Amino acid sequence: MTAYIIRRLIYAIPILIGVNLITFVLFFVVNAPDDMARMHLGEKRVTEEAIQTWKQEHGYDRPLLYNPDASGLGRFTETIFFEKSIRLFVFDFGSSDNGRDIGYDISQRMWPSLAIAIPVLLVGLAFNISYALFIVFFRATYVDIGSVVLLVAMMSISGLFYIIGGQFLLGKLFHLVPISGYDTGVEAWKFLILPVIVGVIGGIGAGTRWYRTLFLEEISKDYVRTARAKGLSERRVLFRHVLQNALIPILTGVVVVLPLLFMGSLISESFFGIPGLGSYTIDAINSQDFAIVRSMVFLGAVLYIVGLILTDISYTLVDPRVRLQP
Amino acid sequence: MSVMPVVLWTDGLVFLLLALIGAFVLYASRHEHMRAPWRRVVRSRVGVATIVVLGFYVVVGLLDTVHFRLALDRQGDNGAETRYSPEVLSLLDLALSGLRERQEKTYSAPFATHLFVKEAIEQPDGTLLRDYPRLEYGGAHLEDPARQRGFDIAWRAAWGALQGLVIWVVLAAGILWLIARSRGETSAATRAAILAGRTPIPWRTALIMLGIMLVLSAIAGELALKYHILGTDKVGEDVFYQTLKSIRTGLLIGTLTTLVMLPAAVLLGIMAGYFRGWVDDVIQYLYTTLNSIPGVLLIAAAILLLQVYMSNHADDFASLVERADLRLLFLVLILGVTSWTGLCRLLRGEALKLREVDYVQASTALGVGHFTLIGRHILPNVMHIVLITLVLDFSGLVLAEAVLSYINIGVDPTMNSWGNMINSARLELARDPVVWWSLTAAFVFMFALVLAANLFADVVRDAFDPRLKGAR
Repeated sequence: MTAYIIRRLIYAIPILIGVNLITFVLFFVVNAPDDMARMHLGEKRVTEEAIQTWKQEHGYDRPLLYNPDASGLGRFTETIFFEKSIRLFVFDFGSSDNGRDIGYDISQRMWPSLAIAIPVLLVGLAFNISYALFIVFFRATYVDIGSVVLLVAMMSISGLFYIIGGQFLLGKLFHLVPISGYDTGVEAWKFLILPVIVGVIGGIGAGTRWYRTLFLEEISKDYVRTARAKGLSERRVLFRHVLQNALIPILTGVVVVLPLLFMGSLISESFFGIPGLGSYTIDAINSQDFAIVRSMVFLGAVLYIVGLILTDISYTLVDPRVRLQP
Repeated sequence: MSVMPVVLWTDGLVFLLLALIGAFVLYASRHEHMRAPWRRVVRSRVGVATIVVLGFYVVVGLLDTVHFRLALDRQGDNGAETRYSPEVLSLLDLALSGLRERQEKTYSAPFATHLFVKEAIEQPDGTLLRDYPRLEYGGAHLEDPARQRGFDIAWRAAWGALQGLVIWVVLAAGILWLIARSRGETSAATRAAILAGRTPIPWRTALIMLGIMLVLSAIAGELALKYHILGTDKVGEDVFYQTLKSIRTGLLIGTLTTLVMLPAAVLLGIMAGYFRGWVDDVIQYLYTTLNSIPGVLLIAAAILLLQVYMSNHADDFASLVERADLRLLFLVLILGVTSWTGLCRLLRGEALKLREVDYVQASTALGVGHFTLIGRHILPNVMHIVLITLVLDFSGLVLAEAVLSYINIGVDPTMNSWGNMINSARLELARDPVVWWSLTAAFVFMFALVLAANLFADVVRDAFDPRLKGAR
């Protein structure tokens, strides 16, 4: 097991190098730091001097890959590639274009993101699985057909409308919860309710439909027929046999998104004014802060790869048929 | 009137897509194994109903894709060079020129005759009065709006419905005649069969759906002549016009993204599965790396870079339309980059299976070259996966456009799109009374398109992949 995990971790290294190279090319080669400086300083009439000062302040005044002026190892370390890209590997994100420490910001903003993402995941999972089981229990009746129509309709509504509708109904019409904002500590709960409700409702369509498919696939298998033939009640078949076996794909589907929960949700966080990593990214995109976007790209990639590794491990834990092969 | 045709980048891609679809239809109609699933699609009631709805969207989108510039004056006749208007128009703009040109000052509610905000109006006796001024165009033909408006709207709606019905009857009669001829029956017998729902293709459903759509469009068209049926936005532009223009953007993102990613996904996916070994390793490495970058962030990074490029090279773009079009093209490309990995992985798996199949082994033994083999045996056998992916991805991409435009990394802000409509309208929700019509318009048109696309995708998948039947 340990050997397997180590091997998977070693496989992750070339992928991270690839991601790093892609971000480096995107952010420094396609667009030279000069262009960035010009954009931040405001378009046209920018003196060469101002550009140089801006680059120096933000540490973009080094050569890209090779520094002939330095000596020894410095020829490779005193470059943009080393200072801005390689350091990401040790999670040293440096400072953003407006001078804040990105690593500190991330560690602060992670918690509000998790405070929304985890309840949404758990409540959504519980609701979707129960609803899917309910549909499957009444399969091929009007309950089934009506539910499928409802689910497809819910899938066809843009997530933006769930947020806008939720804010409008609960926040503005009934004055139950604040429309947006955030508070520290226990007081935060009333700001979290609406985003969580909206997040859960927005996920019902696709989620329940997917679980229904899984259950239906499982229910047509031989062991279910055997169980029925033994005289087990439909309820027992569904809850003991079908649910347990269908949990394998459900579990692995959940594990892969677990690490990405840290990243938060871009849209709902910025709509509800929650100071998480999602709104952090959006703000960075809108203020064109390349340093933050670059860090988030790398962080997202790392978390995705961690998710993949966790998925493989969880497969082997819940399904004894899967062997640890490379 | 002389015109100068303009082919934008995305227009060209649309025409390419049409040509490909034409070639595919020709190919499919000659091969029974391709014809059979399509027959299943058009024999399902949901299938034909969604085809009719999607058809209306496609027609509007295509009308909006034929671009040109109108001649400014008629000097061209006497030898001098004709001058063309710098404004790029489409056939849809021309058809809706009334809507496009009838701009109000600012917000007005659907069917309103008065502006949404108070203004100082000068009375005939010289005093100033703060009141809601009459709209310049919306309901301008009414003398006493408070009394006449309800009756006028009802009358026009009824007149529009009648027009729609007449068009429908003519079309239905034509279709009936064609069916009767192909079945070799009398018209009366065919009509009876359709009414009883006994035709293999559910014509009754199709005709009812066609009737509903035609009547609705005719009512909307008739009312739009005199009113802003979906209100006007902040700068007084007709929302109905905006949402019709947004159809092209939505359709384009939904279809072209898959089109641009198709060559890479198909080629690399099949190669990885077919050749295995180091080719497989390299391709797998490539798509795992790309896949591990969160899609939204990659798009954000790419669009940010495009913005930098555009602001530094502002002179390279002849017009706003071209600039917006290039941004749309770029968005389509980058969306393609983030979404090709799924199809690539599917095709790799399928190719891995196919290369072990007897007839492929036989071809290899007979010394058929790799690429002939791929073209002749593997590619046709994975076509259904490509098709299903194309249809399934469509609705997700239409929804993605709205989200991306909301965070300003979608289409150009000057371009009409549902995302931009939502984005500009959501701040107005805080107003009291609420400005709800832009959001509602975007919601209704998007919902109808995505719902139709989702239902259609299900039918297509069931038809092409019968194993999944029932497990929707």
